[in-house]
Amino acid sequence: MDLQTVWFAAVALLWTGFLLLEGFDFGVAALLPVLGRRTADRHVMLRSIGPLWDGNEVWLITAVGAVFAAFPGWYATWLPALYLPFVLVLFGLIIRAVAFEWRHSHHTEAWDATWTRVITAGSLIAALGIGAALGATTLGLPIDVDGTRVGGPFAGLGWPALLGAVAVLGYSLVHGAVFLALKTDGPIRAAAHAFALRWAPVAAVPLLAWAGLVHLRYGTTATAVLWLVAALSVVVAWTRLRVGREGQAFAAWGAMLVAAAATIFGAAYPVVVPSTVDAAFDVTVASASVSDYTLTVMTWAAGIGLPVVLGYQAWTYWVFRKRLTAEPQHTADAEVPA
Amino acid sequence: MDLMGMDTLDVARWQFGITTVYHFLMVPLTIGLGVLVAVMHTMWVRTGRPEWLRMTRFWGRIYLINFALGVATGLVQEFQFGLAWSEYSRFVGDVFGSLLALEALLAFFLESTFLGLWIFGWGRIPKKLHLAALWAAVIGSIVSAYFIIAANSWMQHPVGVEVGDDGRPVQVDFGAVLTNNTALAAFSHAIVAALMVAGALLVGIGLWHLRKRKLAERPTTDVDHSVWRKSVRLGGFVSLAAFVLVAVTGDWQGKLMYQQQPLKMSSAEALCETEAPASFSVFAFGKAGSNECDDVHSFTVPYLLSYLAHGDFSTAVPGVNELQEEYAAVYGENYPDDPSFGDRAGRPIDYTPLLAVTYWSFRLMIGMGAVSAGVAAYALWATRKGRVPTSRIGVYGSLLAVAAPFVANATGWIFTEMGRQPFVVYPNPDVPVGEQVYFFTAQAVSPGVSTGEVWTSLIGLTLVYGALAVVELWLITRFVRRGITTGDGAPVPGSPPEGPPDDDVPGGRDSRADDDVLSFAY
Repeated sequence: MDLQTVWFAAVALLWTGFLLLEGFDFGVAALLPVLGRRTADRHVMLRSIGPLWDGNEVWLITAVGAVFAAFPGWYATWLPALYLPFVLVLFGLIIRAVAFEWRHSHHTEAWDATWTRVITAGSLIAALGIGAALGATTLGLPIDVDGTRVGGPFAGLGWPALLGAVAVLGYSLVHGAVFLALKTDGPIRAAAHAFALRWAPVAAVPLLAWAGLVHLRYGTTATAVLWLVAALSVVVAWTRLRVGREGQAFAAWGAMLVAAAATIFGAAYPVVVPSTVDAAFDVTVASASVSDYTLTVMTWAAGIGLPVVLGYQAWTYWVFRKRLTAEPQHTADAEVPA
Repeated sequence: MDLMGMDTLDVARWQFGITTVYHFLMVPLTIGLGVLVAVMHTMWVRTGRPEWLRMTRFWGRIYLINFALGVATGLVQEFQFGLAWSEYSRFVGDVFGSLLALEALLAFFLESTFLGLWIFGWGRIPKKLHLAALWAAVIGSIVSAYFIIAANSWMQHPVGVEVGDDGRPVQVDFGAVLTNNTALAAFSHAIVAALMVAGALLVGIGLWHLRKRKLAERPTTDVDHSVWRKSVRLGGFVSLAAFVLVAVTGDWQGKLMYQQQPLKMSSAEALCETEAPASFSVFAFGKAGSNECDDVHSFTVPYLLSYLAHGDFSTAVPGVNELQEEYAAVYGENYPDDPSFGDRAGRPIDYTPLLAVTYWSFRLMIGMGAVSAGVAAYALWATRKGRVPTSRIGVYGSLLAVAAPFVANATGWIFTEMGRQPFVVYPNPDVPVGEQVYFFTAQAVSPGVSTGEVWTSLIGLTLVYGALAVVELWLITRFVRRGITTGDGAPVPGSPPEGPPDDDVPGGRDSRADDDVLSFAY
């Protein structure tokens, strides 16, 4: 396997890792008005993602950075073609980030409620926008031979963008609900569990449709198998939820995302931005890549750095593994992680 | 759309300038205050003295409020090279992108993960591990600064590359990119400048609280008095030491720039004609808005510029007029008649940066740095042997002077970036002319993006940034005014305990610990 393929896989891995991790904090934030009607419940929900969301978001920064680093031709085609959607994503991420931190800096109910709404709005905008951008880059953008967008500011926003947006949001909502069922206890756990059980079969449809379409367009036998794994994972997740095994359901729902992402990236390879103008204008791994020397340098850096990052990030998840509740008197605090 | 006579390139430049300068208001405070809070936390773990814990809590909270906005505005940076500067991104892709990716992988993960652990880790993990988490986050910030400055320095002084078949740079020596002398000088300069920002904050706020307590006749023997006194002393010493280092590293950087970008430095002086020995300009006046060097007249210190440029009092320093001709002879009188240059194709190239900007930003940088050092010296003198100053001018002046190192940091970068125009990647003079890598700003902008799109994002981002600045300043001011709230009331449950840290897990393990840890954290 040549280094360009390795880096395509690395970029796919980073985007998948980002969706796998940030997906649940997007979902929890988006569910605040649905599941967090009581203030105490909202606080539990926010506490469940409080220590984790920022580290999750770095996966996005690293994914975008890796696209730039390994495939500048992809980065320089994709971002300007979807200029306004990406700017909107940035707005969402900015207001969300400050809201998470500033919510605690002043103690009135109106202040708390305002910033909680901002967290929800920012997360919704970001999840939809990132989904749209990914949908468009896997199913097609109107680009010419130089990789420059043809048409006006909204030319890149066709149905693939819409499908991607709905897919990422649907996946995130259920992922967030299952995460809450796993991480909390008391009424909020029951409500999150019920939400996931009701919506999981529906929420998986757009993601499976997206993966299926990319497979039908470019796929191989291997991606067909991956797609089936994704579909099967939904069934597993749902049945595990039914018997109350939230940990297994969370893993299965995550496996669905991983398998669907693998279907999409696996089928799309070696094309990174298909052109809807002419297939001859497609941006490919080969046309977008940096030199082998630079890829080699980055392979060494990532080969050493990434396992370390995964190690300490996993460790912080372990430190904050305890279930959270809204009712202080029910907190099982006996076990102190050390 | 040609609103206000600005094309896509102009609007995109304003957008980059506004978002980057804004982001860089948070960055030096994050780096500088991060180091000082880590020092305070270390002192608490080592000595167990309550004032160090209260300092960690107070300054730690300001650090976190500021960190949030820094992270949020930093996101824009990662995307905007692609969004508005796609041709730049394509051109520099073989070098620049990998530095950004390494910054994310090796620094941002460290910063965000361990800061989360520090914020939420009070009472959950052993105290030394908890302290190590903060240091890990602070080191993450510093590593991040290194990579992004290495990326910027490569634009200022491209090394470790050859010109590829398509005219773009191809990386051949990553080690050379990482050890670029421009990067080493700029990094050390930026880190010590960040410490000046944090030092000034400690001095300004600490003096204000000391004076307020004295006027209210509060005791000078309690813990809170010690908190503010130690803050002022620590901030003052750090500021002064950092100022010395800022001067040393700035001198190093300046001498490098005289070799690497002589036009930037001559423009910093508005030095029109070559002088030997050259004089340093202290103050200049001229025709407003004119970029004609000869319209500028200034008061000068003889011989000083020769020393700053070359380390002696006699060597000639080339003037703007001579350099402009030299550059035009090598890189062309006019932009190539090529569509990639947009409206500027075939038009004359001005190799001289905007003189008013380079000249005054350079002076503001030095002047505001000196103001900061002066205030630090005053604060140390006024608080010697336990004294507390009550002079309104001295204390409120020090509070106002908190802004000085921020201005110095911002103008330093404005000078660096405006001074390399009209190039976005400056030709490296150590490389033979035919083999140089360089790129004009005029050809860097995204060709497919409309002026309207960039206006939309520029206006939108500026409005959001403005609103966020109002909230941030309000939050910090309110928090600073209130001071330390736990000193005179009941201790906040779940927050770190007063008194010496023991080897057990610190923090009350009462049932409200999770909620209340946030009241410390934020």
